[in-house]
Formats: sequence, structure tokens, C-alpha cells
Amino acid sequence: MKHPPPSRYESVIGLEVHAQMRTRSKIFCGCPNQFGAVANSQICPVCAAFPGVLPVLNREAVNMAIKTGLAIHGQLRLFSEFSRKNYFYPDLPAGYQISQYELPIVEQGHLMIDSPTDKTSKRIGITRIHMEVDAGKSLHEGILGASWVDLNRTGTPLMEIVSEPDLRSSAEAGEYLKKLRAIVRYLEVCDGNMEEGSFRCDANVSVRLRGTTTLGTRCELKNLNSIRNVMRAIDYEVERQIELVEHGEQVVQESRLWNADLNSSRSMRGKEDAHDYRYFPEPDLPPLRITPERIEAVAQTMPELPEAKSVRFQTQYQLSAYDAGVLTSSRELADYFEAVAQHTADLGHPNPKAAANWVTVELCGRLNRDNREIQHTPIPAHRLGQLLAMIQRGTLSGKMAKEIFEILFTDGGDPEQIVRQQGLQQVTDQDAIVQVIEQVLDAHPEDVGLYLAGKTKVFGFLVGQIMKASQGKANPALVNQLLQSQLLKRG
Amino acid sequence: MELSRLSLAHAADLLRKRSLSSVELTRFFLTRIEQKNPELNAYITVDEEGALAAAQAADARLARGDGTPLTGLPLAVKDLFCTHGLRTTCASKMLHTFCPPYESTVTRRLKEAGAVLLGKTNMDEFAMGSSNETSFFGPARNPWNPARTPGGSSGGSAVAVAAGLCLAAIGTDTGGSIRQPAAMTGITGLKPTYGRISRFGMIAFASSLDQAGPMTRSVADAALLLQSMAGHDPLDSTSIDAVVPSYAEALTAHVQGLRIGIPAEYFAEGLTDAVRDAVERAITTFRALGAQCIPLSLPSTPYAIPTYYVIAPAEASSNLARYDGVRFGYRCENPKDLQDMYARSRAEGFGAEVKRRIMLGTYVLSSGYYDAYYRKAQKVRRLIADDFQTALAQVDLLLTPTTPETAFLIGEKNNDPVRMYLSDIFTINVNLAGLPAISLPCGFDANSLPIGLQLIGRPLQESTLLTAGQAFQQATDWHLRSPV
Amino acid sequence: MSIDTRTVQNVARLARLQLSPEELDPCAEQLSRILTLMETLNGLPTEGVEPMSHAVDIRLPEREDQVCNGDQREALLACAPDTEQYHFRVPKIIE
Ligand SMILES: [Mg+2]
Ligand SMILES: [Zn+2]
Repeated sequence: MKHPPPSRYESVIGLEVHAQMRTRSKIFCGCPNQFGAVANSQICPVCAAFPGVLPVLNREAVNMAIKTGLAIHGQLRLFSEFSRKNYFYPDLPAGYQISQYELPIVEQGHLMIDSPTDKTSKRIGITRIHMEVDAGKSLHEGILGASWVDLNRTGTPLMEIVSEPDLRSSAEAGEYLKKLRAIVRYLEVCDGNMEEGSFRCDANVSVRLRGTTTLGTRCELKNLNSIRNVMRAIDYEVERQIELVEHGEQVVQESRLWNADLNSSRSMRGKEDAHDYRYFPEPDLPPLRITPERIEAVAQTMPELPEAKSVRFQTQYQLSAYDAGVLTSSRELADYFEAVAQHTADLGHPNPKAAANWVTVELCGRLNRDNREIQHTPIPAHRLGQLLAMIQRGTLSGKMAKEIFEILFTDGGDPEQIVRQQGLQQVTDQDAIVQVIEQVLDAHPEDVGLYLAGKTKVFGFLVGQIMKASQGKANPALVNQLLQSQLLKRG
Repeated sequence: MELSRLSLAHAADLLRKRSLSSVELTRFFLTRIEQKNPELNAYITVDEEGALAAAQAADARLARGDGTPLTGLPLAVKDLFCTHGLRTTCASKMLHTFCPPYESTVTRRLKEAGAVLLGKTNMDEFAMGSSNETSFFGPARNPWNPARTPGGSSGGSAVAVAAGLCLAAIGTDTGGSIRQPAAMTGITGLKPTYGRISRFGMIAFASSLDQAGPMTRSVADAALLLQSMAGHDPLDSTSIDAVVPSYAEALTAHVQGLRIGIPAEYFAEGLTDAVRDAVERAITTFRALGAQCIPLSLPSTPYAIPTYYVIAPAEASSNLARYDGVRFGYRCENPKDLQDMYARSRAEGFGAEVKRRIMLGTYVLSSGYYDAYYRKAQKVRRLIADDFQTALAQVDLLLTPTTPETAFLIGEKNNDPVRMYLSDIFTINVNLAGLPAISLPCGFDANSLPIGLQLIGRPLQESTLLTAGQAFQQATDWHLRSPV
Repeated sequence: MSIDTRTVQNVARLARLQLSPEELDPCAEQLSRILTLMETLNGLPTEGVEPMSHAVDIRLPEREDQVCNGDQREALLACAPDTEQYHFRVPKIIE
């Protein structure tokens, strides 16, 4: 953003998220639901909409929608129905998308976010979640005078999660998306990968004068393939609309395509039929009825969700709300932290706070540098636990521990063994330390003299020399204590 | 012995006794088709090779003594059942070269029961029509008088059965497309309860109305075919998961005490005298057999045609969106761009009636008209279904004429869609309500054209229709009359 | 209800059906006649009536989440009017 919007305007943002569900098979046929296969190798007459074929609903897709609905505190409809959304596009084989329209499976949910703008906890309404089928892919680039259609993705089960226009800044939108993505990942209903398109977001943006309640004309932003792009596109759009309004011009309701490279958006040339989808109830699928018993059974299979986990981390491990928030931002990270904490405790040196620090600062920092996710950490939790126990025991200084950590990260291995092999063990043998101290004091008689004359500043210098002579292996606390007594002996 | 008039049971018996082989019987029909099809145009595709191979396999099974109910019996199916590797056209230019790489549940079950498939029968394009005149392959002709239509849309199947070009055939019925041609060609046509027979692989016209059923020369044959086709199919979410009774056991012909409702609305204006007389004689027959005939009313009857012509085209407009020239079917020459490809492929690939219904269906679903037409029609549909439910709570079945008139001339109603639509006035209601119904031959008019009566039953009570139909056919010989 | 040719054109565009100029008037005329027939429905009060979308009231079946279809690429592509390198080929799509 070049400059912040004049404060008399407020932006009103609603997000529509399409989340591909991680079922084994497609939503209405038995084709595999997999990413990255050879073109058109995962299609059958049903998903390719050949004449006479019929859809049969995947039970797991329904269960995943139920889980997500529960996780966002939504109302689950015991009676919902599928409809057809009619439009022509080469990658939409039937000429209609099976979706839910008037009666979606989930309504009236919400998500709590920590608003970076207001610095408060804020409730973002979720209007609805409905199930629908994904379209295929059209390929244009590098094809002379034609486009190609690959239908592998056709029939992938989608959840469309529609928020209320409750978001007031791009930062809030980013927070909301992170929260929502964490939830679908916790539930293992979607892999949340925006780059690969399994978690897609369209943003509806409008602006209005602060203090007014009517909604301005909105634009729909498309092609936002990362949270960063969602935020940048919103900022760009808000600025664009404010500029229009400031110049007395009208905002035209339209879909706009975001171009991340140019950092700008352009109007999508008239989606002519966009407002006439001719929805009607899908005659090939009777209404979906779910029972309270089924919802209960699905609820039983749900994991602890980020919010609950964060609260538990704060009480069980005495972590700060911030640390707990970071650690529960993904299920894998939370599980990893708990495993480290558990292992350290098993070794007799519990210190969850240290575990939290090492995981969030050292490990996450290191992973970030390599652009890796916690799932791909080269250090197994029990190894990090071992390392922390060694620090607690006093076997390792913090500095040495960091060296070992780096070795564990790059080469792997057992920290105990590495310490032994590299002779990195912290020296706690008093006689050995005294020996080194004697050598250093012998080598620096002037400094000893200065110290004894009351210039205690040189103490630090001498400690440094001793640590250097011991190649950093001497236990610093012991060095301090013994140096004191050795100096006094020379007085 | 006249092979062309054999009943399924009789033919099966001859095959089992080895006094006739399936290959012989199949060859007989293939030859007969060769002779008569050029005039009658009942078949779009004859699968000589496939039929003879199936007949040979059937003979081998029969020789081993492990035949199933339909083993070796030559049948025909309407050309909208997808047959793996055999052209399936829906009588449309759009699909005139389409060869499905999959099999419909109906044809799969028939084949599994041992049937020999002679070929694919003519029909109105995409089953849209009441006279078989909208076929890309030209109209089928009524064997009672080739200047007249056999009715539609399952006209080719009706002709094949009436003219003895197969032992029996399968049709589909969306608004009367089995019963109306059955009535006009003097055969028996059964439309089962919606959901009784799987729709998988049956090319859709209007999904909430389409239902397959047997077209035969007797009620007993219909029972046998229904037995082979009925039952739940996991590939069709609208197929009913209910036990299939033994339909052979329903052929008791026992109608003593049966309560038959006679709805007044079906005997009002538009009905020709010949049809009225024949149907009234049929009522007398049923009374004589011990049934109680009770006058009653189905007040929403007049609304069936407009309701149907909103709902069926609406669903059709969506069902036919997949014919876009991308994955299968017709594509226009040298499209100048994508939209041109869509618009011209569809304009050139579909015939006039199909396009008319797509336009109509698109219109009634389009924004601003949905509530006024589509939702209104759905509500009236409920009233129509409720009417039947009320009536069928008082009686076991309803008796009506199948059509208001006998077979009309080819070309007679071509330029008047509304008049054409009205010829389904007595059959359409049944589809809207999802009920089973059967058409039985019940007489002839002064031009020696057959007349049909319709029995309508409660949901899943096909057995009651078969019992009553069997009683009627034991008491009469209309179904035994042959045009050739 | 009578439909004008503009509406006919709009519907034809939605339905992706090319109509020649000569077809417009007859089409408008025929559709109008059919719609007039449909308007008889307005004579029937339907307030509070539940719309009926399905002929029978059955429970939606759900299948197990199992992969059961093999690769049918060759067979399906063989039906297509135009293919290239295992893709369905269409005129250039312009966004
Ligand atoms: Mg959507
Ligand atoms: Zn598939």
C-alpha cells in the first residue's frame, strides 16, 4: 500500500473459501481424488458427464462438511439439498455444477480471530458452508490456437465456506484465513494448500464512509493464491475504490482478476451469464437427511481444535497466550511441542517453557530459513527432548546446545553421542578447571595484580580467557566461583 | 407355429426343450427385420453380429441346462440405453456416431438374464415427442397403418413389438412414452413406479420423470421383463431400495372385489367416441369379473399438461447442456471460437423439438421467471400427486383411457406443438406423481386402429396392475390381434 | 404471455443455441403459445404448498469413500471430436 486509506473510509470484506476435501475418491464417483496425475487419467463416465450417467454421493464428503460445520460452531441442517448451477464452460463437463443453494448443510457459524487492527478478539460470522463439485482445468499457455481440457480435478469434493462481510481490513482477512486454514488442517478435511489451489479464496470488497451502515458496491477479487496475495489484493482494491469514490465516480460491481506479478487487478471481461445460473433442485439426488445421532458420532471423531488446545497449553504448561497461540497454529506443531515436552519430562527434567522456546524460536526459525514445514523437520521430537534435558542437567551450555542443534538439524543423530564424539561435554570437574585457571593466571600476572588492587573489571576478561583455554567446555558458573577463590589465594 | 407372435414364456419353453435354438429364433427376427424395417423404421441400429454371438452363447448355456429366465430370447431396446460398444444415438444427430464405453443397468441386467439384444429401436429425438417424428432417423411407422404414427417417444419399440420384429422390447416413459405408443400399436406397455428400475446409463430427458419399462404383447411378458429389470441399483441415487416381489405370482387374474376408480376428468371433452366406447366396455368387463368400479374425481387433472411442460423442459435444458461438442457427440465444422462451437454444434446437432424444449426450459428457470413458472409448477405437481394419493386411498387402482384418440397421421400435428402435447393428457399425470401404470389393448376404432386403456396403481404396486391386466387379457383377445 | 424476439435471443444465448434471424419470430410465437398454456396454472391457488422436486420421497444414499474406477482415459477420449496429447481440445478459451 502506498499510503494508508483516509480514515473516514472503512473497508467491508467478506471471504468465500473453496476448500477441496481430502476424501480418497471423488464426491459423486469412485475416481481417485488426487493431485498431480497425468492428464485425464482419473476420469470416468460419471465425472466426465457422459450421457446417461448419475451421481452417487460420497459419505465421507458429508462427514467432512459436518466436522467443519461443528468446528465453526455452525447450525447443521438435518435436511439439505443439492441444486444444479447451470453455466457453460469447457472444464465443466455436465454444463452444470452440482452445488447446494437454498438449503446448504451448514448455516450461521462463526470464527473468533485476534484482530491485528483492533487488538481485540473479534467474532467473524460464517454465513454458510455448502458442498459442491470442483470443475476441471483448462490449459491455454503454449497451445497454438486452442485450449486443452483436463478433467482429473472434475468431481473433487469442495466445501464453499462463505463469511459474513465482517472483516474490516486486509490484516483481519489474513487472520481469518489463517484460523480457517488451521481448522481444516486440524480436521484433516483439507490440506489448506493455497498455492496448489486446494484452498482457494475469493474476496468481496467494498468501502463506505465510517459510521454509515449501508454497504457500498462490492467487487469480487479472484486468483488469490496465497494469504499474502489476498491481503495485497484487498489493499489494492480498497485504495482503488476509495480513489473512485473520492473522485465522485461509481464503483462497478464486477469480478476482478488479481495479478500478483503486477501487483494490480483488472476487470474480468463480462462473465455474461454470471447472474443467471438457473439454479434448481438436482433431480438426480434426493434431499440429504442427516440425524442428530450421526452428527454426534462424527463429533466423537473430531480432534481437539486450535482454540481449545491453546487454552489447555496455557493452563497445563503455563505458557503465555502468545506462545500457546503460535504452537497451536498447526496440529503438527502442537503435537511436536507436546512430544518434546513429554520427552524432557520423561527424562526427569520437565521444562515446558524451555520446550516452547526451543520449538518456536530455534526450530521454527531454522525451518523457516529452509522454507520447510514442521512436518518435514529433520529433528525428531525425542531428540530435541533429549537435548533440552541435557541443558537442564547442566551437561550442556546454551551455546553448546545450539551447536549440537545445528548438527542434529543438518546431519541428524543422537545428541548424547554427538557430545561424546566431539568432546563437547561441559567440564564440571573442579580440579580440571582449577588447572586451567592456574595456567591463565600464570600467563596474566599484570591482570591478577590489577584485580588484587581493586580493579575488579578485569575479572570478566579473565573468565573469557579461561573459557577460551577450555575451548568453551568449562561450566561458566564453576569458572566464576573457582576463579574468585584462586585470585584470593594469590592476594 | 408363428414365431413372430411367440410369448416370452412360450419361447423360453421351446428353447429349454431344445425344439428351437436361440440362433434360429434370432436369425428369424433378423431376417424379418431386414424385410420389414425399411418400411416401418422401427430400428435405428441392428446388431446382427452381437445378437448372433449372444444367441450362440445362450444355446450353449441352454445345452448345459443352466439357462436363466430370459436366456436366448431376442429383445429390442430403445436407443437411449447405453450399450457398451454399440452405437447409442438417442435418435439425434448429436449422438449419431456415439458409442458408449459403458453399459446401462437395464441392458446389463437383461443381458445377465440371458437376453439376446437384436438392436436399438427408433424413438423421438432425446425422447421428446409423441409421434416418433422428431427422430433424426425419420419416423417409425405404425404397422396397423404405415401412414400413421405409432406414437412416441418409444415408437420404434412399440412398432417392433406390434409387428413381430422382436419378442418384446424396452421403452422409457417420461410423460407417456411407453403407454401412448403401446395404446396406438395395440400392445401392452408398463411404466413402473419412478425408481423401480435403475436409470443409470439411460440417457436422461427429464430426470425426475423418466422411467424404463417393458413393451410386450401380453401382461405375462411384461411381468417377466419387469422381474429382470426391477430392483435397487447403487449407481442410481433415485432408485428405490425395496424388495422386488415375484411378479409371476401376481398373474392370478383374481380381481374379485378389486376396487377400481374411474376418474371423471378422464372422460371429459377431447375424448373420441371410439375410445370412450372401448374403455367403457372394458369397465363393463372388469365389473363382470367381479371388480368394483367406483366413480371419483381427480380435480387437478387439467393442470398436468402445463405442469409437465414446465418441469420436463426445465430438467431437459440442464440435462442436455452436456452436449457441447467437447467430450463426445457432434461438433460443428470449423468453429471460429468457443462460443461459436457451442452455439453451432448445439443448433446443428439438435432437432427443432429438442431446441424448442431447451429454450422453454431455459426460459422457465431463468432469473425473474423461476418462481412464476418453475416453482409454481412444482407446487402444482404436489397437488396432482396429492390428488392421486387421496384417490388411491379409496381404491386399489384407477382406470382411464390411455390416449384421447387413436393413432394420428404422420405430419398431422407437426406444426402445432401445443396440440401434440395434448395427446399425452392422460398419461402425464402419472409421471408427475411417480406412479406405476399400464396400458392394455381394449378395442379398435372404425379405422381398425387399436385403442388402449390405462390402469394406474399405488407406488410399488405393479403387482396389482399385473393382476388386473392379466384378468383383462384372459377375458378379452384384443392383445392377440395382429396387424400383419 | 407473449415473448419478444429479444427475450428469445437472450434465452438462446443462455442455452448456447444459435438461432438464425428467420427463426426468431416463429420461435417467439411458439414459445408464447406454450407459455399461454402454462399460465392456466395461475388459476390454481398454491399458497403454502411444498414444491415437489422428486417423484418419490426416498433417502439419499451415500456410498463408501472408496476408489473403484480405474483409468478410463483411452475409452473416453476416443469419443471426443478433437483431442491432443491426452486432452480434450477446444477452440481457444479467452478469459
Ligand atoms: Mg462455489
Ligand atoms: Zn469419475
